[in-house]
Amino acid sequence: MERLEYIAQRLLKGVLVLIGIVVLNFLLIRLAPGDPAAVMAGEAGAADELFLQQLRQQFGLDRPLWEQLWAYLSNILSFDFGFSYRQQRPVIDLLAERLPPTLLLTGTAFVLSLAAGVTLGVMAARRAGRWSDSAITVVALFFYATPLFWVGLMGVFLFSVTLGWLPAFGMASVGVTLTGFDHVADLARHLLMPALTLALFHMAVYARMTRASMLEVRDQDFVRTARAKGVGEGRILRRHVLRNAILPVVTIAGMKAGYLLGGSIVVETVFAWPGIGRLAYEAVLQRDYNVLLGVFLVTSAVVIAVNLATDVVYSLVDPRIELGA
Amino acid sequence: MTEFWRRYRRNKGAVAGLVVLALILLVAALGPLAWPGSPWDMAGVPFQPPFSAEHPLGTDTLGRDVATGIVHGARVSLLIGFVATLAALGVGVVVGAVAGYFGGRVDDVAMRLTEFFQTIPSFVFAVVLVAIFTPGIGSIVAAIATVSWPAVARLVRGEFLTLRTREFVQASVVLGRSARHIIFVEILPNAISPIIVSGSLMVATAILVESSLSFLGLGDPNMMSWGYMIGASRSVVRLAWWCSFFPGLAILLTVLALNLVGEGLSDALNPRLSREGR
Amino acid sequence: MTTEPLLRVRDLRVALPAGGDRANAVDDVGFDLAAGEILCIVGESGSGKSLTASAIMGLLPRSVRVAGGSVELGGTDLLRLSEDEMRDRRGRLVGMIFQEPMTALNPLMRVGDQIDEVLAVHTDLPEAARRQRVVELMASVNLPDPEQLRQAFPFRLSGGQRQRVMIAMALALGPSLLIADEPTTALDVTTQKQILALIRQVQAERGMGVLFITHDFGVVAEIADRVAVMQHGRLVEIGPVAQVLNRPEHPYTRSLIAAVPRLEPRAARVVDGVPTLVARALTKTYRTAGGLFVRRRVVEAVKSVDLEIRQGETLGVVGESGSGKSTLGRLLVRLLPADGGSVAFRGTDLLTAPPGRLRALRRDVQMVFQDPYASLNPRRRIGAIVADGLLAQGRPRAEALARAAELLGLVGLDPAGVDRYPHEFSGGQRQRIGIARALALEPKLLIADEPVSALDVSVQAQVLDLLNDVRRRFDLAMLFITHDLRVAAQVCDRIAVMRRGEIVETGPTAAIFGAPQHPYTRELLDAVPGRGWVAPA
Repeated sequence: MERLEYIAQRLLKGVLVLIGIVVLNFLLIRLAPGDPAAVMAGEAGAADELFLQQLRQQFGLDRPLWEQLWAYLSNILSFDFGFSYRQQRPVIDLLAERLPPTLLLTGTAFVLSLAAGVTLGVMAARRAGRWSDSAITVVALFFYATPLFWVGLMGVFLFSVTLGWLPAFGMASVGVTLTGFDHVADLARHLLMPALTLALFHMAVYARMTRASMLEVRDQDFVRTARAKGVGEGRILRRHVLRNAILPVVTIAGMKAGYLLGGSIVVETVFAWPGIGRLAYEAVLQRDYNVLLGVFLVTSAVVIAVNLATDVVYSLVDPRIELGA
Repeated sequence: MTEFWRRYRRNKGAVAGLVVLALILLVAALGPLAWPGSPWDMAGVPFQPPFSAEHPLGTDTLGRDVATGIVHGARVSLLIGFVATLAALGVGVVVGAVAGYFGGRVDDVAMRLTEFFQTIPSFVFAVVLVAIFTPGIGSIVAAIATVSWPAVARLVRGEFLTLRTREFVQASVVLGRSARHIIFVEILPNAISPIIVSGSLMVATAILVESSLSFLGLGDPNMMSWGYMIGASRSVVRLAWWCSFFPGLAILLTVLALNLVGEGLSDALNPRLSREGR
Repeated sequence: MTTEPLLRVRDLRVALPAGGDRANAVDDVGFDLAAGEILCIVGESGSGKSLTASAIMGLLPRSVRVAGGSVELGGTDLLRLSEDEMRDRRGRLVGMIFQEPMTALNPLMRVGDQIDEVLAVHTDLPEAARRQRVVELMASVNLPDPEQLRQAFPFRLSGGQRQRVMIAMALALGPSLLIADEPTTALDVTTQKQILALIRQVQAERGMGVLFITHDFGVVAEIADRVAVMQHGRLVEIGPVAQVLNRPEHPYTRSLIAAVPRLEPRAARVVDGVPTLVARALTKTYRTAGGLFVRRRVVEAVKSVDLEIRQGETLGVVGESGSGKSTLGRLLVRLLPADGGSVAFRGTDLLTAPPGRLRALRRDVQMVFQDPYASLNPRRRIGAIVADGLLAQGRPRAEALARAAELLGLVGLDPAGVDRYPHEFSGGQRQRIGIARALALEPKLLIADEPVSALDVSVQAQVLDLLNDVRRRFDLAMLFITHDLRVAAQVCDRIAVMRRGEIVETGPTAAIFGAPQHPYTRELLDAVPGRGWVAPA
């Protein structure tokens, strides 16, 4: 029961944060230089006086601020994210279409980076001070310092242009209709490079975190207790060090899922991956603010959902959390 | 100070990072004297490959000299990195110190706000901010500072919460010292090491964020920057890899050097935490 | 005893990393331990007693290593064994328990599983048999409801219960040797008494040899058959407990034993006059922040406490951890806001005084803290630290610093030390600096919160002497907070006994020790380790 309460509390908090972000969105539109209707309409729509009139009407832009906020909130809460004048489609449709590819990309990158990062971190910590530790540390340092878009571009140059191994852009091969396994294989080939690009940076982050966490845990008293019981080093690692060291890493990874979504903007731009990151880039180019703010809202919602999931998993794994203390 | 330097020196990577960083600063300061032309001007035939005497790093699609661009871009990257970090530190330290020292309601409000800002996907937020407030050096600095202060606030609050209950701080309260004295003389000097360390790492992150923004076309239109150079030539990577390779290398080296310096500072300032097995 | 000893340690030497203040942490230590015997190794911090235990167990920290000697257990030299051979013996032939029960158990593993692990690693018993054995073991260390508790995670257990789990773990395979490294130091006296009794009981039942590391002569008197005294890594004296405690031969042993506060109240002084400080119905309640769904937890740290202190008098507040004694001290100096009641200091209510008035009052009420390492700002010079109060009152800097130098002389330190930083001083010296800081404003009332409990016994005696001395010289009223009844007996004129936020009994020290009224006071007195032992004069 306590766990349910804990989860309910977290859920409520997530909803409040989401409402906060909607309000923030509203404030951004108001604070932006120029006519708020023009901001909502985007560069293309602002030229169309009729469209502007319509927006002023819909969002009550001539009425008091709090009424405008209310109009904005109720529109958003009924999943009306506005209209993209440029694309001539409701923003919500664009988002719904573009979200799944992004979730596929970031989800794959998340799993890859966490698995590889934790493995490398554990390896480095076990061999602390030896050359393999140094090698892992140096590699992690490098990827930690490389801009994603540059890794992506260099990957395209190397693996697509020079070697011709992998497709350089898109989510599927153009001009062919594939079904079944072939379709999946084609998708995987397209996914590999963008996902790796996005994963490498975060892999470095998790490897460094895991290494530090392992070194900290292995010096704790309960590890000495296990040694005093005559437990072998392998079992100490598996049963005592790993769980205690990795739990905080995975938790932080879940909490920082937003970084992956942020990274997807540049990675999708480089690889022409048809996700919301690419949508955001197009919106930036076309000054299509309704779309951009829609992307902002949706990514925030995804982050809140992932945070919530992390909280739930954490509450199941760590016995100490159950009271929400 | 000598003790600090002795501990810093023990970390070989940190020394290398410091040397590289010094070189980059030197290039940023003096480079435009050696490459006096404007980075936007056409300097030669477009698409010239690198390693020629005239254009050591080649020219881009419009015949602009890549080396000149990198030298001028160094100024932008470092300037934005340092200014944005200073701004974020300013806000973060004040919010964190006030929340941690006074606690209670103030702390609640400050922490809810911090958590809120930490939940928002930071890069997406930065993109939105710069796009809406029109790209420029001011909006970029403001956007980076807006998305990076919460981490500082959290860190400083944590330090203040611990230090506030330390007995030397309580002794100061009992002796009748003012809150101002306690915050600035008793607590802050003891919290400064982690602030410096995270500050040096934040400069690195800020440079990465700035380069990503300008890659997306959200850089200051009047200033040549590394991210812009890569973004502008990304469509021709198959023809002219050097246009994006060298600016990226510049970002990598700068960020790497800053991270290494950050680790060295961490080792030197927190001897107890310094890692074993180097 | 003429039979072969269980454990024979010879010429044991443990080397410290180069560049330390001495080459060897343990130097040429040798002793025998017979089966069925409890040998206490006693010494102050840095004496090498804990490293001796770790060396025997083969569990030294990475930075130190065994440099020579032999440790024979049942005829085998443990130091010559391979890591695998040693691991096989750990937990099976030798069990070990540690000081910190709060961190010695894996927080993510059920306590039953942690006990079970010893059996799983060393035996081929099937799971059901092991589970049965775990329950038996838990019952044998008097843990309540073992069948249920087996499933609990460590954070659910109290410190005493965790230490029992540790003991159950160490006993699981009936080892012939138990090494206990300060196993009761982190526990309250009443819990300590139970754990000591448990160790004695299981030792007698199984005829184990026990190597018991401690710094506390009271505990030695309570549990030891024989005693070995260590100083600076060397073993200076070893012998039967009665001999070492009552007829110590080595000068160091003698000085240590002389420094142990006696459990007899000091000569009574009657102090009359108007009370300097009167607290009435003082109350402090902690509430954990509750949310919409999380129920708040309420802890009444201080419950309607009344007390009075007269000028020149020392009132002791004694109690175990969580009794609220430290909170009480902090309420009196307004380090914490009280929830109710009043504190009248010479007629002015401290709790409601406005900021300006409070600052003036601060001059008269000062505090000495427990932890000599946390109570001085590491980034400030000693002179500035001691002069802080004077500077806060707006005195000129030069004058304040000159006064600070005088005060350092007064507490027995070199006045030239004003320009040095805290880390250049030892724990005892830092505590003197803390006292000098408190005296700088010439207060009327000094609140001392466990001022000697972080110090070694010999340093403890010196600091207590200093406190007695300054109380007399400045005619201070003093509130002395301590968990240690021996210390309380030495410094207090009157004593208030606290339990769960309430004062259960107050009275002159002699009366509290001689004729305790409240059952809890009796229980506390009864739990003082070595209460039957009177140190030789």
